[in-house]
Amino acid sequence: MKAITKQKIVFSILKVMSFMVIAILFLIIGFIFIKGIGVINWGFISKMPEEGMLKGGILPAIVGTLCLIGGSMLFAFPIGVCSGIYINEFLKDGPLKRFMRLMTDNLAGIPSIVFGLFGMALFVNKLKFGDSILAGSLTLGILALPVIIRTTEEALRSVDDLHRQASYALGASKLYTIKKVVLPIALPNIITGLILAIGRVSGETAPILFTVAAYFLPKLPHSLFEQAMALPYHLYVLATSGTDIEKAKPMAFGTALILITIVLICNLLANLIRAKFKKK
Amino acid sequence: MIQIKNVNFYYKDFHALTDITMQIPDKAVTAFIGPSGCGKSTLLRLINRMNDLIDGTRLTGNILVEGQDIYDKKVEVEELRKKVGMVFQKPNPFPKSIFENVAYGLRVQGMKNETEIKDRVEDAIKKAALWSEVERILNNNATNLSGGQQQRLCIARCLAVEPHVILMDEPASALDPISTAKIEELVLDLKSKYTIVIVTHNMQQALRISDHTAFFYLGELVEYNTTHDIFHNPAQEKTKNYVTGQFG
Ligand SMILES: Nc1ncnc2c1ncn2[C@@H]1O[C@H](COP(=O)(O)OP(=O)(O)OP(=O)(O)O)[C@@H](O)[C@H]1O
Ligand SMILES: [Mg+2]
Repeated sequence: MKAITKQKIVFSILKVMSFMVIAILFLIIGFIFIKGIGVINWGFISKMPEEGMLKGGILPAIVGTLCLIGGSMLFAFPIGVCSGIYINEFLKDGPLKRFMRLMTDNLAGIPSIVFGLFGMALFVNKLKFGDSILAGSLTLGILALPVIIRTTEEALRSVDDLHRQASYALGASKLYTIKKVVLPIALPNIITGLILAIGRVSGETAPILFTVAAYFLPKLPHSLFEQAMALPYHLYVLATSGTDIEKAKPMAFGTALILITIVLICNLLANLIRAKFKKK
Repeated sequence: MIQIKNVNFYYKDFHALTDITMQIPDKAVTAFIGPSGCGKSTLLRLINRMNDLIDGTRLTGNILVEGQDIYDKKVEVEELRKKVGMVFQKPNPFPKSIFENVAYGLRVQGMKNETEIKDRVEDAIKKAALWSEVERILNNNATNLSGGQQQRLCIARCLAVEPHVILMDEPASALDPISTAKIEELVLDLKSKYTIVIVTHNMQQALRISDHTAFFYLGELVEYNTTHDIFHNPAQEKTKNYVTGQFG
């Protein structure tokens, strides 16, 4: 076979594969959209659930999920970015750096239900936060840490060393160089880590199961120490353990649609921020 | 004056420089020449302690800049680098505006007065013979400039800090002939005020712009003399072969 024909075939296969990925994504979103759009109206997103969650809205679950996203990122983003900076900028290549990397990777590989169990043992019981937004946020935060650390590291590593050298050669200290040269260049990519982390956190059910999620709590949280409903868990409840599962199905798809929408909006926002930094 | 005394330098076990002793005069251009890997950049980077950034290096001997032993514990490396500037082989402007690139070194020093910064930036860009090309686009990103302009910007960035010594590691090797000529002209222009050390692979360039030339081979300083003598009257057979292009 001629090299050129071979190349064409390989390219076509790659093309088909990548289009398939996009098709699957559209299929999922389209499916959820069609099944869920029927129940979506202002009341659905602004009202408390009623009548065994078969009527009314899902406001507390939306608010709960937003609180958990915000809370977990408030905790995980600074810690993750700082660790990433430490590992990439301050650790010399050697056993300690390899060990830190290995640990981060291992943390990423732990099943999320284990985080839930750990969160319950540490935050809920030992530290006596009880089932609360605080405990849930911390647990989700730990779950998100490896993603943030890893992307921060990658983002910093991709900063050309020539920029660091230029800064040092002008008499700048290491800290100044990191602050004024390295971080600004890496920031757009660090924000990618934030996007990935938000995506991960907002959909997790297992870690919030034992740490924060309420089965049915038709009120908005007033403090970090209260329980809250959350979209993924609410979805799970609607789909598996309501009083009338068939009747609850449209509500479940509606909830899924809202969850997807929230994640997409978060991504969009983060992308906008990233684009803005990139331009500067 | 830069005094280099019995300098040996090692990358881990690799002996990169062997017993180098030389004096580099003020307000003149000194060229380092020699085949690839002979240690020119290594010696250059010792003068502003850029090799400090590499793990596992070791130095013996002394290097004095303006009478001060720069490897003395009392010396702050940041202060040294303000006095001894550097221009790199590959133009490396920050992905910031043209103005902020040149202002960077001033901000490092904690300068706050924006009018003063503006004056110093303008002054430095003029000295680097770039002003007419960028005066109207100071807020544009520096990475949009041509390679030659970027390199002159890097020179301006270095000049803004008002160093006494400028180290240049093949500053024109990535540039086209016209840009190269501009850099050479600039170097000649600057030597009345600065002590310049330049590494180059280009014999003609060394001949055109330098007053003194040092020829290195395998980590040793083979011959160091006026550029005229190195090229027209070399004492060593090796030097003669190299400058006449018979090896390297
Ligand atoms: N970071 C480093 N670690 C280990 N060895 C190095 C390092 N940098 C340079 N060397 C070695 O030291 C020797 C001198 O290198 P140097 O870069 O000073 O040469 P050079 O004369 O500037 O060469 P060129 O003309 O190619 O730039 C070379 O053998 C090189 O392999
Ligand atoms: Mg070199």
